[in-house]
Amino acid sequence: MSELNHTPLYAFHQDNGGKMVPFAGYEMPVQYPMGVKKEHEHTRSACGLFDVSHMGQVLVHGANVAEALETLLPADIVGLEQGRQRYSLMTNDSGGILDDLMVVNAGDHFYLVVNAACKEQDIAHLRTGLGNDYRVEELDRGLLALQGPKAEAVMHRLCPAACDLVFMEHARFEIDGIPVWVSRSGYTGEDGFEISVPADACDTLARRLCEEEEVEPIGLGARDSLRLEAGLCLYGHDIDTTTTPVEASLIWAVGKPRRRDGERPGGFPGADVILHQIEARDHARKRVGLMGEGRAPVREGAELFDADGQAIGQVTSGSFGPSVGHPVAMGYVSVEYAEAGNSVHAEVRGRKLPMKIAKMPFVTPGYRRG
Amino acid sequence: MSTIPSNLRYTDSHEWVLDNGDGTATLGITDHAQEALGDVVFVELPEVGRELETGEEFGVIESVKAASDLYSPLTGEVVEINDALEDAPEAINESPYEDGWVAKVQLSDREQLESLLDADAYSRIVEAEQE
Repeated sequence: MSELNHTPLYAFHQDNGGKMVPFAGYEMPVQYPMGVKKEHEHTRSACGLFDVSHMGQVLVHGANVAEALETLLPADIVGLEQGRQRYSLMTNDSGGILDDLMVVNAGDHFYLVVNAACKEQDIAHLRTGLGNDYRVEELDRGLLALQGPKAEAVMHRLCPAACDLVFMEHARFEIDGIPVWVSRSGYTGEDGFEISVPADACDTLARRLCEEEEVEPIGLGARDSLRLEAGLCLYGHDIDTTTTPVEASLIWAVGKPRRRDGERPGGFPGADVILHQIEARDHARKRVGLMGEGRAPVREGAELFDADGQAIGQVTSGSFGPSVGHPVAMGYVSVEYAEAGNSVHAEVRGRKLPMKIAKMPFVTPGYRRG
Repeated sequence: MSTIPSNLRYTDSHEWVLDNGDGTATLGITDHAQEALGDVVFVELPEVGRELETGEEFGVIESVKAASDLYSPLTGEVVEINDALEDAPEAINESPYEDGWVAKVQLSDREQLESLLDADAYSRIVEAEQE
């Protein structure tokens, strides 16, 4: 097994009693002494601090960079205003998803945040796809997520100007003299901020944030149950190269100007497949939310059946949702079963447990839309 | 360091056994096991009347992280189960040796209790795991 990488917060995790596990090539805290469930609940009621420094942070420089990025991404990038962030996908020629990412218009360049496990491949894909006229620069920066209903109050004490941002806005500030790039976004369904910080100042900033009484460090375990309740996909589980954006219920990530009747139709990898599916709706399966009626968690890999015992799909992520109070999951089912309210059964240890197709998110988001 | 009461017997799969002195024994999972599992969200209990063989799976404990099988430390018949765990599975975390008990078994052979680990032997297993 190859050596695991450390984020700039390795010492911080150890000092806080983090239980370290391998994740996407990094040694990361799955939980702290508080435990997954309490960490989850703390983030929903107060404020959690997450180390997401393992994710890839990339700058793309060059003339007409928005137009160039649209050759690789199906999002409306040209229409993304300066200081705004947008969720996007990298697609392949068959319409599958290579990664999901955040894209920020930072003025004369774009700032991208990609998944840790995909970052090398993503950077190579960007370099090949954009060609020599564009510079793709991987940054050595830490990334912190401050999430929860009290995140704004905490931020107000440290960096009041950042509280003027609304959901999916991005700007640069200083906190205690540390230059930070702040987005009002996250992966929990709560209001919050994602803070990019120079690697050598990441530890100082994390410890400073934890001095605030509302803030507790939160591990990957709670990060997963929080994002699941928020209905957000985990790359490699809920979406991958075998799922198209249409099958993944991510049509909204294909910008209106990029569709057949838009101003700049197609022009991204797999556009023929994806745009055809958007129009014809002839895809066979669809990503849906699932809520269990009992208490037994239904986990990734569980097979789904209809009332007659016919196999109709599979769970791609699942857990007990501490804030929902029921097992929650997402998975793919044949499109004829995809309507919310339909009853299905999930097989767990040889038993068929009743579940209902449910609208996502499972919790009401706390996003500050302004 | 987890609690390991001296009056109980143990298995290397982290179950505990209390000799009730009347031919029955009460079973549960140890403090060390609940710590390792994390927050318990669901317990699948055996049915009353089921005959258990030593080493047989007789239930499942699910935490937010993972599912973990329960293995019977003894041979005997399930005579009582802790129904309260269906609504309050967190009792396994909060009180693994009391409120978090799982099942009571009528023993086929009381002598079998002697073959289980005592607290000292179980402590050494836990210490070895933590190294």
